[in-house]
Amino acid sequence: MAVRVQEADFDIAAEIAALTATDRDIGAVVSFTGLVREIAGGGADQRMTLEHYPAMTERALAEIEAQARARWPLSGVAIIHRVGPLAPGDNIVLVLAASRHRHAAFEAAAFLMDYLKTRAPFWKKEAGASGARWVDARESDEAAVARWG
Amino acid sequence: MQVLYFAWLRERIGAAREEVQTDAATVADLVGELRAREPRYAAAFSDMSAVRVAVDQTMADMTAPLKGAREVAFFPPVTGG
Repeated sequence: MAVRVQEADFDIAAEIAALTATDRDIGAVVSFTGLVREIAGGGADQRMTLEHYPAMTERALAEIEAQARARWPLSGVAIIHRVGPLAPGDNIVLVLAASRHRHAAFEAAAFLMDYLKTRAPFWKKEAGASGARWVDARESDEAAVARWG
Repeated sequence: MQVLYFAWLRERIGAAREEVQTDAATVADLVGELRAREPRYAAAFSDMSAVRVAVDQTMADMTAPLKGAREVAFFPPVTGG
């Protein structure tokens, strides 16, 4: 299991290498990286702050990983989520799903992200030229998670 | 029990965590007690459709029992990823 919450950036290639280093049965690794988007009209000094609930976060991510492993034959999973101050273009989240074949890896990566977006206790606050605001949850994220049944 | 607040709930209430002496049977009862304390709590809990809760670090709902619970956290719908 590799679930981490950290302020530091992550190195995608290094994380993939670590996930696949000891398992020669892996035929597919799917990676998803979430980035901080620029806000339209947000000005030059835009920032985003990621807050989380430390006592709950890693438990929630581990539970999401366990659900993915129960659904697909996965050789490895990694979830890394950044917290603290971020700027447009910065990495926020990395999800890796490794399996013998690509379909399980693709589907598991999508599942992990859909669950993470709606079940893991993180909150984004955007600040820019027009002030600061907490990002609203999107109904489309709930719809995305509902498709997994 | 320890009561925790995150994101705009933390900002509106003006505290990240506090010790609350309560015999509330459910989360909803606890919310009722907090609302009655001060206007800042009433304001933070004015629209419960915008509030989520975790009891002992597990997602719960407003009907969840609090017997034996040590930590209750209130927060808006999550927006990570």
